[in-house]
Amino acid sequence: MSDYIPVFFTLVFAAVIVAVMVSLNRILGPRTEANAIKDAVFECGNEPTGTAWGVRFAIKFYLVALLFIVFDVEVVFMYPWAVIFRELGWFGFVEMMVFMGILVVGYMYAWRKGALEWR
Amino acid sequence: MQGFIDSLLATTTTGLSRELAYLGGMIGFGALVVFGFILPMAGITSWLERRVWAKIQSRVGPNRVGPGGFLQWLADGLKNLLKEDVIPEAADPTLFRLAPYIVVAGFVAAFVAIPFAGSLIIADLNIGILYISAVTSLVVVGILMAGWSSNNRWSMLGGIRSASQIISYEIPAGLSVFPVVLLSGTLSMQGIIENQGWAPVDWHMFHSPFTLAAFLMSYIALLAEGNRTPFDLPEAESELVAGFATEYSGMRSLLFFLAEWGNLYVIGAIMATLFMGGWQVPAFTDNVVLLTVAQFGMFFAKTYFWVFVAMWIRATLPRVRVDQLMSLCWKYMVPIAMVNMFGTALVMVVIPEGSRLMSYALCGLMLFGLVRFGRRVNYHLKRSRRYDTVGAIMPV
Repeated sequence: MSDYIPVFFTLVFAAVIVAVMVSLNRILGPRTEANAIKDAVFECGNEPTGTAWGVRFAIKFYLVALLFIVFDVEVVFMYPWAVIFRELGWFGFVEMMVFMGILVVGYMYAWRKGALEWR
Repeated sequence: MQGFIDSLLATTTTGLSRELAYLGGMIGFGALVVFGFILPMAGITSWLERRVWAKIQSRVGPNRVGPGGFLQWLADGLKNLLKEDVIPEAADPTLFRLAPYIVVAGFVAAFVAIPFAGSLIIADLNIGILYISAVTSLVVVGILMAGWSSNNRWSMLGGIRSASQIISYEIPAGLSVFPVVLLSGTLSMQGIIENQGWAPVDWHMFHSPFTLAAFLMSYIALLAEGNRTPFDLPEAESELVAGFATEYSGMRSLLFFLAEWGNLYVIGAIMATLFMGGWQVPAFTDNVVLLTVAQFGMFFAKTYFWVFVAMWIRATLPRVRVDQLMSLCWKYMVPIAMVNMFGTALVMVVIPEGSRLMSYALCGLMLFGLVRFGRRVNYHLKRSRRYDTVGAIMPV
């Protein structure tokens, strides 16, 4: 467990970098008076209409996220298998072929249904 | 790290004080790496990158500050420090401020498990490579946060594009790690390196044709994960005005780019560790310090070679289209990565001790390819020089 203490400290160091740099910028940088033009978001020089949070984006992004979940969970299952593969030999190979075979069926289904097309 | 401290400490020290020395050593080395290595390295990479592009594109590049423009990165940092820090009124201020923390934390945390030499590593986690792919995914959260909280249409699009791109390419990148994990039987970075030798034939990339393919897949996928050209759609200047970083100014915007250049080193280090034998050098001396320096030099050279290739690609290739990006990932790289994994597994069960002949053949093939490539480059260099002389006679 003591191996993970440095992880915590490194995260603290990373936060220190950002905090120090941003506050130095606050101290050293100029502060001009706020006005409507400066505080507006950039939209190629047009006055921004409404917020960006109401923008609807395409359904394909959700599809990518769903596919990612399926495959990433599969990858997590394969890590322990890969570590002890040498001891498992043929048995491990066949077992994983079966597991992947089921997944490939799903993958082919997604492909045939057009989930991998970017339209 | 523990072996290194053992060699420094007297043999009589035992128990709690030794544990404390280990912990102190790891944290001290961590501080040294974060403040003394990552920050200057990311800055120097930014200068080097511009110099390399300039050389490739027949320009001069930054050459004013310091010898050869070497101090340009400090000047850039200083300039960004003296700029006003603007937060748009419409933005979500908390998330807007939080995003750089997450992005920087994501790439700095990866350095915990990245080895520098045989005994120089902050902590040799037993889940090394899994840990690295886990913490580098934090960057996605940060980028999405930055894009959403800016309340800007460009940033929003850039953030979402970036998230979908990074999570898509995580699949081939993750699958390409498996040939190496199968071969070495461990996830620890040091364990993976120790499973290889210093000679190229002993590297994982030359074990079988499948691992060689996995090596290429891995590099392409990691480039896409690091938002590098030709996959830099999230920050496409001409379409999305810098994407998720549009609304960021001053130091905050620089931190995003710091993370990008720092990530380049992480990419190179992963390639060097998994496929290219990491810090392995021939055992030429018994002196621990000398050996450590040689190992560090070896690892740094291999890593920087891949950083240089990434710069080279950025100076050469145009950006891909978003549908090409997605179909490349899901229709080509995912199946190929799966085949690589099973091919390696098959080779391992058929010839458990590996085939030296195959390694030598692949090594020779690579050498042949490199020589052909070198001759081609040489030919074009000669040709361009000939045209240069024509230009000197008849200035255009």
